[in-house]
Amino acid sequence: MQTQTITSPSDVKKETIRISGSEAVVRCLIEEGVQTIYGYPGGAIMPVYDELFKFQDQIHHVLTRHEQGATHAAQGYARVSGEVGVAMATSGPGATNLITGIADAQIDSTPMVCITGQVPSHLLGSDAFQETDIVGISTPVTKWNCQVTKAADIPEVIAKAFYIAKSGRPGPVLIDITKDAQFEEFDFSYTKCEKIRSYNPVPKCDDQSLQAAAELINNAKKPFVVWGQGVILGEAEKEFQAFIEKAGIPSAWTILGASAIPTSHPLNVGMVGMHGNYAPNVLTNECDILIAIGMRFDDRVTGRLNDYAKQAKVIHFEIDPAEVDKNVKTEVSVLGDAKENLQKILPLINENTHEEWHQQFKDLYTIEYDKIISKDLHPTKDGLTMGEVLKEINTNTDGKAVVVTDVGQHQMIACRYADFKESKSNITSGGLGTMGFCLPAAIGAKMGAPEREVVAICGDGGYQMTIQELGTIFQQKLAVKIVVLNNDFLGMVRQWQQLFFDKRYASTEMINPDFVAIAKGYYLNARRVEKREDLAEAVQEMIASKEPYFLEVRVEKEDNVFPMIPSGASVSEIRLD
Amino acid sequence: MSTEKQLFTVSVYTENNIGLLNRISAIFQRRHINIESLNTSPSEIKGVSRFTIVVYVSEVNMKKIIGQIEKQVEVIKAFYHNDEDTIYQVSGLFKIKSDLLFEERQIQNIIKESGARIVTVNKEFFVLEKSGRKEEVELLYRELSVFGIMQFTRSGRIAVTKDEMKISTMLAAFTN
Repeated sequence: MQTQTITSPSDVKKETIRISGSEAVVRCLIEEGVQTIYGYPGGAIMPVYDELFKFQDQIHHVLTRHEQGATHAAQGYARVSGEVGVAMATSGPGATNLITGIADAQIDSTPMVCITGQVPSHLLGSDAFQETDIVGISTPVTKWNCQVTKAADIPEVIAKAFYIAKSGRPGPVLIDITKDAQFEEFDFSYTKCEKIRSYNPVPKCDDQSLQAAAELINNAKKPFVVWGQGVILGEAEKEFQAFIEKAGIPSAWTILGASAIPTSHPLNVGMVGMHGNYAPNVLTNECDILIAIGMRFDDRVTGRLNDYAKQAKVIHFEIDPAEVDKNVKTEVSVLGDAKENLQKILPLINENTHEEWHQQFKDLYTIEYDKIISKDLHPTKDGLTMGEVLKEINTNTDGKAVVVTDVGQHQMIACRYADFKESKSNITSGGLGTMGFCLPAAIGAKMGAPEREVVAICGDGGYQMTIQELGTIFQQKLAVKIVVLNNDFLGMVRQWQQLFFDKRYASTEMINPDFVAIAKGYYLNARRVEKREDLAEAVQEMIASKEPYFLEVRVEKEDNVFPMIPSGASVSEIRLD
Repeated sequence: MSTEKQLFTVSVYTENNIGLLNRISAIFQRRHINIESLNTSPSEIKGVSRFTIVVYVSEVNMKKIIGQIEKQVEVIKAFYHNDEDTIYQVSGLFKIKSDLLFEERQIQNIIKESGARIVTVNKEFFVLEKSGRKEEVELLYRELSVFGIMQFTRSGRIAVTKDEMKISTMLAAFTN
């Protein structure tokens, strides 16, 4: 190890014990407070699994049905608990199967540590059985990665891995451990990592930036806040709420920022972006000061950049300096931890209400309600809408559930209509858009917040990408509630085909299996709803169940999600139909 | 800030770790940017490596790339400079048949005028080394290629900046 790592000085003279590298791996995890890990055994990681067997009273290993499921479960766990999720796999295909989840965690800033076994070090580079260069493969999608070939390096590398995954802007880390390093014995002791000299996770904010930001906010006539997951990751929900309440600023969220403050909060004006709400999208191009907090101006949020908030001065609260000015030019950047900076700016901010400005949001909401929301939530047509299913789920969970979604139409509908009351309630694949995320992520979410109701909402497409994880749910006896909104289509792609490809439905129609029979095959309670009159009772039964429960809702085949900012259009060109 | 492409020299101070080269080059690769030249070496600080990378990009993109390089855990600091702000050199090696040195008198003049140095001479071949601007090495190549060059190679750019780079101070701040 060449990197200079600084560990806590009080622990330096720890006693050592002579153990194998594989036992060290498990002991390191226990030292880091890990209670649950997700994974799949195989040849090159077997020594570690043998130790997991011995330590099973201290660390719970969840056997998923595919390594991708292990990563998504670890992500779900991390996202609801705020802790580092851990996934484990063998070398070769086991390791490559982790990649989708790792890429998802990277783009959505989810703290995760992945541990893979590797062929013995003398075989590295020889095309040995189940050898793959996972460190090379995972480099562009990890915050950090490292191969270990000597047992003695294991404690330091794992300590660094947890520190890096969790600190600053979180992200995934991969550690690849050769089989000989797992067998090798060495003198073990563990010290947590506290600092790495080349790594500055939380940049310091100077007072001038805060002053400048406060001045802009205080002089603003039409200030507008867009917040992202940074508020949740930084555990800054209270400080954020205090800030917007004092300044009286209408505030909208990115998909990953959802639930940081309650949906019903009077200053919460909804979601920005491609299928976000009408008012916050349109008024992005009317505000005079745009205050971005813990968000990164993704293209799904901004639409055409050349016409995004050009009239506004932008203030960017951000922990990752590489995000500042990446997509949108800022007037003032407030670098560092959102919690700390929001605390610091609060006394500098004048009280305000901005009533007239707020009224503009209300007026546009009324338009959206009449044209879209009322039809989604209170449909008069025959076919069931996804929106009315969400309404029933809200009613039965009192908005307290963790809503885990997959990717596509149902995801947009769920995020639009879920009534969030608690933070860390929206678990979804935002940046990568990973179909198949939902079911395994719901497993992790339920284990990370066992006292909370966890409702997995999937489309029929994404559900079938990781459907085998029903086996994990059954084996772990997890009371996850699974709702498949089935329209026998890859609905979002079909919507684009309808709107932009003259209804040429290339490979989007699905001839689906009997989902209820499949769920029952895994011994889960299961039910199908096809008519409106059965919906409320079925959702009620599902939520009341203390066991895992599968509900298929046959929804209208060709419904579209609106509003919509077509790809490449400006936020002010948002379509209501 | 200019959106026109120009030549930049990127200097990256890093820990000396396996895989970091891959991590840094991937940042250029994902933006479909060709690396004109790349050199790694120790730096003025013990245990700290220095990458010198030459790329042809706009300053707007250069800034974003620097941010993404600095974000890597094992990168201490990255800088970018244009040619006016740096003192830079490349080096070329030419392997040429020894006979030519005596048969083609002009070669001796070319060597003299170019300021190239003869590294070694034996019966079969001699090796010339020329350091300087890339254009100077290229000129020598063109002049010698008339006579036949057995082997040629040119190094990547190495550069130091006119301004100070406060790496030692930064490292001290991290360590304390």
